[in-house]
Amino acid sequence: MSAGAVAEGPAIPAREARTIFQKGAPGRRAFVCPSLDVPETDAEELLPARFRRAEPPRLPEVSEPEIVRHYVGISKRNFDLDSGFYPLGSCTMKHNPRMHERVAALPGHSRLHPLQRPERAQGALELMWNLQSALSEISGLPYVSLQPSAGSHGELAGVLLTRAYHEDRGETRHKVLIPDTAHGTNPATVTMAGMEVVKLATDAAGGVDVDDLRAKCGPDAACLMLTNPNTLGLFDPNIEEIAAIVHGVGATLYYDGANLNAVMGLSRPGDMGFDIVHFNLHKSFTQPHGGGGPGSGPIAVSERIAPFLPRPLVVRRERPHRNGGASAPGDEHDRGEIPRANGHSPAALSRTFVYDLEYDRPKSIGRLRGFQGNYGCLVRAYAYICSLGADGLKDASEVAVLNANYLLARLSEQGVAEHLPLAYGQLCMHEFVLSGGPMKRGLGLKTLDLAKRLLDFGYHPPTVYFPLLVDEALMIEPTETETKETLDGFADAIAAILKEAAEDPEIARNAPYSTPVRRLDEVAAAKRPVIRQALD
Amino acid sequence: MSRYTAITEANLDAMLAAIGVGSVREMFDRQIPAGVRLGRPLDLPEGLGEQEVYAHLRDLAARNSSVEDELSFLGAGMYDHYVPALIDMLTERSEFLTPYTPYQPEISQGGLQVMFEYQTAISELTGLPVSNASVYEGPSAVAAAGYLAKLHNGRRRFVVSAGLHPHAIETLRTHAHGYGMEVVEVPLSDGATDPGEWARAIDGDTSAAIFAQPNFYGAVEDAEALSAAARDAGGEAGGGGSPGAGAGAAGGRPLVICQVDPIPLGILKPPGECGVDVAVGEGQPLGNRLDFGGPSFGLFAAREEYLRRMPGRIAGETVDADGRRGFVLTLQTREQHIRREKATSNICTAQALNALAGVVYLAWLGRAGIVELGELLLARTHYARETLAGLDGVEKLHERPVIREFAVRLDADVGAVIRRCLKDGVNPGVDLQALTGRAQDAGGLLVAITERRSRADIDRLAQVLGGAVAAERDPAVADEAVTA
Repeated sequence: MSAGAVAEGPAIPAREARTIFQKGAPGRRAFVCPSLDVPETDAEELLPARFRRAEPPRLPEVSEPEIVRHYVGISKRNFDLDSGFYPLGSCTMKHNPRMHERVAALPGHSRLHPLQRPERAQGALELMWNLQSALSEISGLPYVSLQPSAGSHGELAGVLLTRAYHEDRGETRHKVLIPDTAHGTNPATVTMAGMEVVKLATDAAGGVDVDDLRAKCGPDAACLMLTNPNTLGLFDPNIEEIAAIVHGVGATLYYDGANLNAVMGLSRPGDMGFDIVHFNLHKSFTQPHGGGGPGSGPIAVSERIAPFLPRPLVVRRERPHRNGGASAPGDEHDRGEIPRANGHSPAALSRTFVYDLEYDRPKSIGRLRGFQGNYGCLVRAYAYICSLGADGLKDASEVAVLNANYLLARLSEQGVAEHLPLAYGQLCMHEFVLSGGPMKRGLGLKTLDLAKRLLDFGYHPPTVYFPLLVDEALMIEPTETETKETLDGFADAIAAILKEAAEDPEIARNAPYSTPVRRLDEVAAAKRPVIRQALD
Repeated sequence: MSRYTAITEANLDAMLAAIGVGSVREMFDRQIPAGVRLGRPLDLPEGLGEQEVYAHLRDLAARNSSVEDELSFLGAGMYDHYVPALIDMLTERSEFLTPYTPYQPEISQGGLQVMFEYQTAISELTGLPVSNASVYEGPSAVAAAGYLAKLHNGRRRFVVSAGLHPHAIETLRTHAHGYGMEVVEVPLSDGATDPGEWARAIDGDTSAAIFAQPNFYGAVEDAEALSAAARDAGGEAGGGGSPGAGAGAAGGRPLVICQVDPIPLGILKPPGECGVDVAVGEGQPLGNRLDFGGPSFGLFAAREEYLRRMPGRIAGETVDADGRRGFVLTLQTREQHIRREKATSNICTAQALNALAGVVYLAWLGRAGIVELGELLLARTHYARETLAGLDGVEKLHERPVIREFAVRLDADVGAVIRRCLKDGVNPGVDLQALTGRAQDAGGLLVAITERRSRADIDRLAQVLGGAVAAERDPAVADEAVTA
């Protein structure tokens, strides 16, 4: 039947992408509706015609096997982390342990309703409490909210917290200082929070230009948003001085945690002087990226910011005594009880505490979203922290930095470095940025061409054209879960592409060749946007 | 070497030699100033093996009562619809689970096509021509729509129906305070947005008028009337209320924003046919797990004229160098990584995997199924409401049509009644006042009915709830029951 339909429809060549809306046939279906088991009532009485839809939405009419084949088929037109190296700078594409999917799918986690009463969700709240405690220790800041949905949501929380902090002190400060190397989410967030972006220059070493900071950081400064290590992969050597300048004028210091994977167990934002940190659980803590989400962006804050945290907060109280004594206050932000190796937290210990959601927080900025946050992501991040422990987290960051520096060393070899020099510094943290400027001038190859040619070698390209201050930038983050052999293979591929380009640059300029489609016309897509399947 | 890393001693020696440092420690000491090095182990437990972590996470799960463990009528924004097995299979595929946002379209056609299909499905469902590829979740989608309105007309105030989900109102307030907007709430009368108060609250300073369909209390609103009133009262150029009329210059009129629930849209008149400009909503009911509140996705659809102000990713169709059909992320000049402080939103990572579950679910339901499901829910919810309202001490909160959820008022302490029901394994619904904090919601119970709740389940609810209400109204009855 369907074969006949294809034969009759010459408009779409067989190899061309077809959407689910172009498949199936009228009357075909997958869903079997439960039968009507209640008395039939007049349709008009149930829902008057004026509220009713005249025609059903034109959803696909397909069988279950067709759905499976369709989506499995198009899935194969994706490259993914489980298939190959993904050195996408600032995205921390580390291995996603499958055990996390298993535990997150346990019905007690995955089928728990968000409005379940706290006394019937003690396991979930305890998990959240323990995760808060772990993130607090990792960041060196005492209070944590797990509510933000992703990094940029955490940033928005951070800027709103800063604003609330200053307003509470009767001050109106609108300027937020942001280095020119910052992620685009930083300035976009500041605008959404009704504040004003002030750009900071980068010094010759790749860090914040401290003189520029001094000049711009006055009594009207609300906050400095900083990524450290920054997007050049460099740990700012002047961080203590920077913190002193910012705190000296009464502003707050915000840490974009996108690059936290470089420093876990080695250096803590709280100890650097930061007031607010966001974590990307989908970067450092292995929540799979899902092709663009879900993520989760918890925030940790200092004492002075804590009163303004979003509500509700997960809190822990000592279990009331049987004689009806009140909960003991004062211990609500103690460390959680993550089980120790060779001896789980005894059940008796769990029963010592009750966990709850605290809404009564008069200075809170309020909710940032519905319910309690992306709990499914929290489960995975918590499982990861339990797996690695203190030593494992430190080891992860050490190997992330080791791998980055090794790859940098390999790409500093003759044959590569003259075309793709390191933009700043000598060593790097978890990532580094090369400049494709000399390659463009010498070989006539743009960074984009190199990226596209890498696709033919089976690699996901690095982040390209970011940060903006580096000419033809190529931002490379290998992560700790890659082997030396993989790093060597990637370095060899880059060298081979450059060598090939020296002989015939046209090859890379027209790449890729082996992918499901070749270079796509993005200009045409934006000029006359077609953003849905036309029907009928 | 620890979990998930793979550097042997031999690897390490070779790598350090290539880098030109003597040790890993030296590599860090040369970069991190001494004053900010941690210099001690993190105060966290040692790592655990996979089976120990599994056991710990399983123990925690066992201390939660899921919808598998009790007969649950909880809803209020997230619903226990059946999720077909094929969704688990597809969302766990490496090809969908583990890529990043599709910045390299040549190797991301699968994910981009899913976005394109998702946008098509949401557009069909809402009757609005353009949809993005998802935002975080329901309540923050309302705030994102508010931001779009602010960018579009530059006005200062949001008028919000009290029928919006309370989390959405609070989230809107949080965000609106940031971008400098005032939020005014319009009360309900007889279960729906009060039309007189609605029209009076909207004026030339109103940036957006926002209501929910169905509303938080389960009632079907007169969406057409609310939209028309908002357009009239807000000073549309020419004074007409015709849906689809252009917004004209900035300041033209308030945007009409509707928070929708996607499942009832199979039978309800879509927002695009009711004069709505932007439809947003919680996507969880479409094939996503409850997950104690997330991750899910937020749907976001609008009229064409708002396309270039939309937040989030949008997939568009184009051709490759050989003329073959392909998909790319498009209109990226709206976005933070290009426009920075001038972006229409700060969103980066959204909810692609959850949106995949959404579009697969809609394909699985299909054109006929979404209507059949809607009709079933309508009939069962009606039956449940009538049955519960027939109990002593239980009355309907309003008489308006309901589709998948309804509110009743109990002549007893709601918390105590719920606790009694739970002893019988029935979770009868959400304590309204505990969620909204509104005085007029005292005694309110919000009951959700999905296709997973049969007539027998509803009858069981009625029996248990009736008993619990009776016991709370007359403690002597309860004592008798205990001693009997």
